[in-house]
Amino acid sequence: MASLVATRRRNPIAAEDYLAGWVFVLPALVIFVGFIFGPILYAFWLSFHSWNVVTPEKPFVALDNYRNLVDSDDFRIALRNTIWYSAGVVPAQTATGLILAVLANRKIRGRTFFRTAFYFPSISSSVVISIIFLWLYANNGLINFVLGTLGLPTPRPPWLSNPRGVFQIAFDAFGIHDVSPWLVGPSVALVSIMLMNVWTTTGTMMVIFLAGLQDIPGDVYEAAAVDGATQWRMFRDITLPLLRPVTLFVVTLGLIGTLQVFDQIFVMSEGGPAKTTTTLAWLVYVEGFRKFSMGSASAIAVVLFIITLGLFLVHRRFLGLTGDQ
Amino acid sequence: MASARPVTEHSPAVRRVPEHGRALDCALRVAAYVVLIAVALAMFVPFVFSLATSLKTNVEANHLTWATMLWPANPTLNAYRTLAGTPITRWFFNSAFVAAIWIIGRAVIDAMAGYAFARMRFPGRDLLFLAVISTLMVPPIVVIIPKYILLNNWKMLDSYLALTVPFLADAFGIFLMKQFFESIPAELEDAARIDGASRYRMFAEIILPNAMPAVAALAIFSFQGSWNAFLEPLIYISRQEYFTLPLGLAYFRRAYYTDWPVVMAIAVVTTVPLAVFFIIFQRWFVEGARRSGIKG
Repeated sequence: MASLVATRRRNPIAAEDYLAGWVFVLPALVIFVGFIFGPILYAFWLSFHSWNVVTPEKPFVALDNYRNLVDSDDFRIALRNTIWYSAGVVPAQTATGLILAVLANRKIRGRTFFRTAFYFPSISSSVVISIIFLWLYANNGLINFVLGTLGLPTPRPPWLSNPRGVFQIAFDAFGIHDVSPWLVGPSVALVSIMLMNVWTTTGTMMVIFLAGLQDIPGDVYEAAAVDGATQWRMFRDITLPLLRPVTLFVVTLGLIGTLQVFDQIFVMSEGGPAKTTTTLAWLVYVEGFRKFSMGSASAIAVVLFIITLGLFLVHRRFLGLTGDQ
Repeated sequence: MASARPVTEHSPAVRRVPEHGRALDCALRVAAYVVLIAVALAMFVPFVFSLATSLKTNVEANHLTWATMLWPANPTLNAYRTLAGTPITRWFFNSAFVAAIWIIGRAVIDAMAGYAFARMRFPGRDLLFLAVISTLMVPPIVVIIPKYILLNNWKMLDSYLALTVPFLADAFGIFLMKQFFESIPAELEDAARIDGASRYRMFAEIILPNAMPAVAALAIFSFQGSWNAFLEPLIYISRQEYFTLPLGLAYFRRAYYTDWPVVMAIAVVTTVPLAVFFIIFQRWFVEGARRSGIKG
């Protein structure tokens, strides 16, 4: 309080800000409390209760919703599919984004054109892209047509209806048929959606990497060239270490994006075939808005939230420790 | 890297590098072009393919040939005529109207909050900003059930309110505006201060008019976000009269499953406004993405 009085005497604007600051953030604060902070707490609260939407009662069930998840096949499947999805898409989009950024960062003609072309899918509607790819992956769609006329094999059943695990297909070739659920790998259907996701987001990752590359001062490379460093060594010893914060950012973005994949599943596969594209986000939707089991849906949502937060913190710490900036 | 060493010491090396590097450099450049062009094609072909399909008859769409793959033999507007008999004009209007509300709401509310966080000192400021920014880590699916219940309690489901009110402020926009306000010169405020203007007048008459570049960037992201929004409208809206284009598209995909030209025609109608916007403002899009990387 004493400092406030002192401030007031010194500077009328600073004293005014004491209140005006809150007035300025108030409208945003109302939206945030009503639609984010409040709902997060509400989600935690609901996850300890049982509610079917129809009856007004929401009885307290303690940890039952979570205990049911542990025993639930659907949850285990969704968790596995979500892990495959992130583990496949994040490295792929990061690597392709980086490679394209390095290529587009050279002094070449049409740099702006390439940047624009690569970025366009990122800004398009996820529903539009899902529907276009639904058609590309269809039995008589573009991809099968091209593969067919080139005499290459096409998957039976077609891409998005194919529940076979991609590793299982490889094992089958060696005559190994009984493998654990993990070794079966993501299904052909899930991999099809993963490829589409990489196609969509690579452009965003490239643009971010490109900004990072342009922040590296050119004389670092000149000095290295003087020392006789090869292109590859410059990339490995200069570009990659200096890009580490950008990579952290790109991987974080990728994780947040892939852990909540929903639109694509809704439009393209509805969790099938044989639940092989059921992700955690899709399961939240099914439990909440098809089975009206709001308590267990909230429990899944809370688990997804904790996984996202946990991965972010681990990832930050991991890169923070190995980073030398 | 020992960049401090004088270059003269290495002058033989300086001459040698271009010689052994030139062939490699040339090869790399050709490889770079090949890869970049191939990827650019891969990015465009699906869009061209969907445009071509929307101009085909259903029969032609289902019998691909190399010749008609990316352009129909006899382009027809049949699919678009079918669309004319659907509520798509209403959905288009809804999408445009909702986008306008998002843009205006965020331009005011995000700018106010961003300004306060950038230039004003008040108790709890830093903690509050941290709380706002950390919501970028919260996947929308996590809070969808509570939001649905709250909107239901407040009688806002199946209305424009559900499509707009929850989106009138966003963490990324506040961050963007804060970054911008931190960069504007203090003299701008000092002049107003001498005139005895309050913070409110200062903001309305001097700060906001000078923040138009940032507001424009924010408007572009708001447009993209609202135009493409799917999960929340899907949950909040069940009556067709309040559908936005993505909802209409998902609905059509079920109703007209086998009629690819019609489905693709809606995809085209949904994408064209965004594409036009993107081409006009592409510098801003790319600039914004490199600063933030947040996809709406």
